[in-house]
Amino acid sequence: MIQTAHSEAPGHAAQAGGGHGQVDFMGALFVFMLATFIGFMVIQRVSRLLHTPLMSLTNAISAIAVVGALIVSAGKDAPGYITALGLVAIFCSTTNIVSGFLITDRMLKMFKKQGGSASASRGEPEHAPRALGGEVAK
Amino acid sequence: MSAETLVQLIYLVSTALFILSLRWMSDPQTARKGVFSGVAAMALAVVGTLTGVIATGGTHYWWILGAFALGAAVGYPLAQVPLTAVPQRTALSHAFGGLAAGLVGTAKFFLYYGQRNEAALAPFIVVALVAEILLGFLTFTGSILAAGKLQEVKWIPQRPVTYPMQNASNLALFGLALALGVALVLHPLAPWAPWAFVGIILLSLAFGVLLIIPIGGADMPTVISILNAYAGLSAVAMGFVLNNKLLITAGALDGSSGLILSVIMCKAMNRSFFNVLFGAFGQTTTASAEGEQKAYKSDTVESAAQVMEQANLVVIVPGYGMAVAQAQHKVREVYDLLRKKGVTVKFAIHPVAGRMPGHMNVLLAEAEIPYEDLMEMSEINGDMPQADVVLVIGANDVVNPAARSDKNSPIYGMPIIDADKAKTVYAIKRSKAPGFAGIDNELYFLDKTFMLFGDAKTVVGDLARKLAGDSGH
Repeated sequence: MIQTAHSEAPGHAAQAGGGHGQVDFMGALFVFMLATFIGFMVIQRVSRLLHTPLMSLTNAISAIAVVGALIVSAGKDAPGYITALGLVAIFCSTTNIVSGFLITDRMLKMFKKQGGSASASRGEPEHAPRALGGEVAK
Repeated sequence: MSAETLVQLIYLVSTALFILSLRWMSDPQTARKGVFSGVAAMALAVVGTLTGVIATGGTHYWWILGAFALGAAVGYPLAQVPLTAVPQRTALSHAFGGLAAGLVGTAKFFLYYGQRNEAALAPFIVVALVAEILLGFLTFTGSILAAGKLQEVKWIPQRPVTYPMQNASNLALFGLALALGVALVLHPLAPWAPWAFVGIILLSLAFGVLLIIPIGGADMPTVISILNAYAGLSAVAMGFVLNNKLLITAGALDGSSGLILSVIMCKAMNRSFFNVLFGAFGQTTTASAEGEQKAYKSDTVESAAQVMEQANLVVIVPGYGMAVAQAQHKVREVYDLLRKKGVTVKFAIHPVAGRMPGHMNVLLAEAEIPYEDLMEMSEINGDMPQADVVLVIGANDVVNPAARSDKNSPIYGMPIIDADKAKTVYAIKRSKAPGFAGIDNELYFLDKTFMLFGDAKTVVGDLARKLAGDSGH
């Protein structure tokens, strides 16, 4: 489906090569722009409590470089040193994928609400100052 | 359906899952779902790429499997580090991310150059390649150095390193890298092009080092966030090189996350990006020489415990000192004991407390303190005048009233937790030395402030024992 949308793009013939050499940079720029906006909007809503797990999660996500590393490593006609560079990149990315997701989950498991009825009366953290007054009275 | 269409469809689903993954991080209740969604997205990305690779006749599968296995073997222990070491781990993984991007960019350039592939080295692609290796390798050395500083490795200077003409020489080097980049864009197949490329790599590696050495510990949360953004942007650049929309999207999500966190950190310190990177802050400004005459009032743990028992509201302000001393579990004991006595206990968390964004929240959550009691600075400051006791544990600059009043202070204008507005302040401090930013703290000299000198874990432990002992009588 991507191909039909850009069938007039030069370099289209190279599509079989996994996209190498295609010059569809306007499309790429559009995707970049939209993804950045989505990123800003989504990240701004992330709870401040979770900024450390957020960073370890985005660490794991940035290991998406594994995609490029795979394409490079699996290239048929590449000289050995290029394959080697790709393999080291796969190693680095996998390290991030494994450690990033695992440690994020490990941290998130630790975030717990107050046990018992206290949590129900307190509601969301934003309203806590109000609830705080109530608790002082007790 | 052609293999390429299948690959793109898999990428499409993967992209949506990455977005959902971050979306679910908005609430601690749904956050773990976010991790699963991220794992699924990454698995799809790998499956999709392999599908494409197999369809176009790939090779070296055993080697690739080996690289995956080795990465997993190294990644697993890295996920088991103590939570106080999370900033170092994060910096280290930024380094891995940067290196991966840099290596892929290098491989692509030499592959295209070797093939004399003029179409693949179109100006746009070379620009993206140069951006990719610049950001990738800069992130690599910068993050290694940041991790070393955070880990307090001996051969990496802890204090900021500054020298004359530092910014000018850095800018000159940057200009040189840029000039090499432009030359490469214009003549990607010139005989000297590989040398120019290697030159950019070396300059980028040097840059990472030069950008981090003038930065002190207090600026680490900002620096880690900036490096996070760079790692993401290098993945975006890789996406442009490979014309891969999944890479662009995931990289942009990572980049915007790092950028937002850096902006939050900068605002929390009242500094600009530029100032953090080029400001070299941290040399002790010994302007307040008369501070020598001021005397600390210290107090015993017994009387601190007595005052806290009588309080209605106790606000605890944790800082990096608490993390270093691993005092969070003892803090939890104090929290429990006070609550049992009917005292309300809240934690006031400054955005830059600790060595990375959100560091304190994770440590306190590890000690099983419910997250509703972890308050942001802006939420708690209004209640500070009602606080009977503020207990400062290993925090310094974030409670320094000089930020509000002293125009000459390097931290002037930085938003702070209004600990000085509470009725009584107890501050636990390791030594009488000034904080990381090297600034004297007026809070400690107020009439209502009492110091408890000693290791945070020991002092808080004593406090817990006193509180427990009294309830036994």
